[in-house]
Amino acid sequence: MTKLRVSTYTLLQTVTSVGLSALAWAVTGVRPIWNGSQPSDRQRIYFANHASHGDFILLSACLSEKERARTHAVAAADYWGKTRLRRFIAEDMLSSVLIHRQWTDETQHPISIMLSVLDQGHSLILFPEGTRNMTDEPLLPFRSGLYNLSMARPDVELIPCWIENMSRVLPKGQFVPVPLLCRVVFGAPIAIQPGEERRAFLDRARETLLALNPRPERDD
Amino acid sequence: MLPMMHETLILIVGLLAVLISASVVAGVLSWRAPKPLSPTLVNLTQRINAWWVMVVAITVAFFFGRPGMTILFALISFAALREFVTLTHSRRSDHWVLLGMFGIVIPFQYWLVWTAWYGLFTIFIPVYCFLLMPAITALHGDTERFLERVSAQQWAVMISVYCVSHVPALLTLDVPGFEGRNLLLIAFLIITVQGSDVLQYIFGKLFGRHLLAPTVSPSKTWEGLVGGLAASSLLGVLLSFLTPFSPLQAAGVAFIACLMGFLGGLVASAIKRDQGVKDWGHLIEGHGGMMDRADSLVFAAPVFFHTVRYFWTV
Repeated sequence: MTKLRVSTYTLLQTVTSVGLSALAWAVTGVRPIWNGSQPSDRQRIYFANHASHGDFILLSACLSEKERARTHAVAAADYWGKTRLRRFIAEDMLSSVLIHRQWTDETQHPISIMLSVLDQGHSLILFPEGTRNMTDEPLLPFRSGLYNLSMARPDVELIPCWIENMSRVLPKGQFVPVPLLCRVVFGAPIAIQPGEERRAFLDRARETLLALNPRPERDD
Repeated sequence: MLPMMHETLILIVGLLAVLISASVVAGVLSWRAPKPLSPTLVNLTQRINAWWVMVVAITVAFFFGRPGMTILFALISFAALREFVTLTHSRRSDHWVLLGMFGIVIPFQYWLVWTAWYGLFTIFIPVYCFLLMPAITALHGDTERFLERVSAQQWAVMISVYCVSHVPALLTLDVPGFEGRNLLLIAFLIITVQGSDVLQYIFGKLFGRHLLAPTVSPSKTWEGLVGGLAASSLLGVLLSFLTPFSPLQAAGVAFIACLMGFLGGLVASAIKRDQGVKDWGHLIEGHGGMMDRADSLVFAAPVFFHTVRYFWTV
């Protein structure tokens, strides 16, 4: 019975992931630009700019099917865990990792949840801005998660990924996407340098990600 | 289908001959060239391969007749509009107008082509969309760079939907003595205009000395233009057996279409330069985006359509 349940969920997740990737391609013609890194088997944390629910679908659509299967997006439990439907979409269909942005209980600590996923050999997609960016700034200041994860698991590669145009395809509050061309630029991995302070590293990671934007002059 | 079987066969054999010789030439050049291959040769091979795909796609649509052509060009409009909108400025408040361009304007315009409702087909976008789209934008209340945004939207639907839809609309024209053969008009238009692009390129490479519009395009020369237009008018004469035109008329019609095609390419280059990009997109390997391939057809189609309609229909 449990076995059946598990295989049903695996099937559901595979169908969802293939279907969403095909949809992402049909709507946005998305294609990856490997600019400093290459697809690989190494365990990774992909960190990206965030302005739309479509962001992680677009990013996963750029990964190979094998890599996609072991890569999980980190999502906010206070949003995606709010209703049963949202939780079903986030956890059962998209196999995201839900974390609490405001936690009280130590077992809900976001870092320990993410570390336990990494320890199973999975890769993560992380949006270090912590929320969808609705400002005119191209990128909000990073929260500390990226630094803490990398301190705890220095072997995991941190890959900056610039997601282009997705905020125009599916802006916050909209549910029907406008077909626009999108690219995802994967940059060279970055690592914490010996003795580098938390804030200095986070700012440097942010600058690295910003520098990947292929058309910075017209980020509308 | 039957009345055109003979012409269709000649067309297919001719296209195959051209494509096969192009592939053979590119193959021999690549085989003899030092490795790794120069980017020009790689690009040449990619372009020829893409031509194979495009010719096969159009041929398949051709055999499905009017539904095939209507659907194919609706898809071309979709790809072109997507490239155009991606390139131009828009704001979050434009979401519904942009959605309407894809979800309403494209299907409705091609439905008008399908039903041959000529009256509305010619004015739906230039009158109704022209007036209503900025009205919707104004109702949203966001006036930031308003004129720039609504102009870009107008241009997007005019270029990618209105102009492109004139290609399948050729099937709705009633040319006396030419019944059931209108698909051949589409073949004539596409082959002369796309052929003219290639011929202008070849003449430009061989004899190009004087740049025509150096601030817009570094590759367009007077020699390329004159040679290309002369050669494609001649191509029009060779293809006049497809059309209701006499050989001399075919030369004239091909000349006008290819001149418009040249202007289309020039305007498209100016837009790309203004937006700071080299290509419209990356849909067609080696060529760039759909608009990089279709820019000349976009300008040629409405003028060709109205030329045929004015002089050859009742």
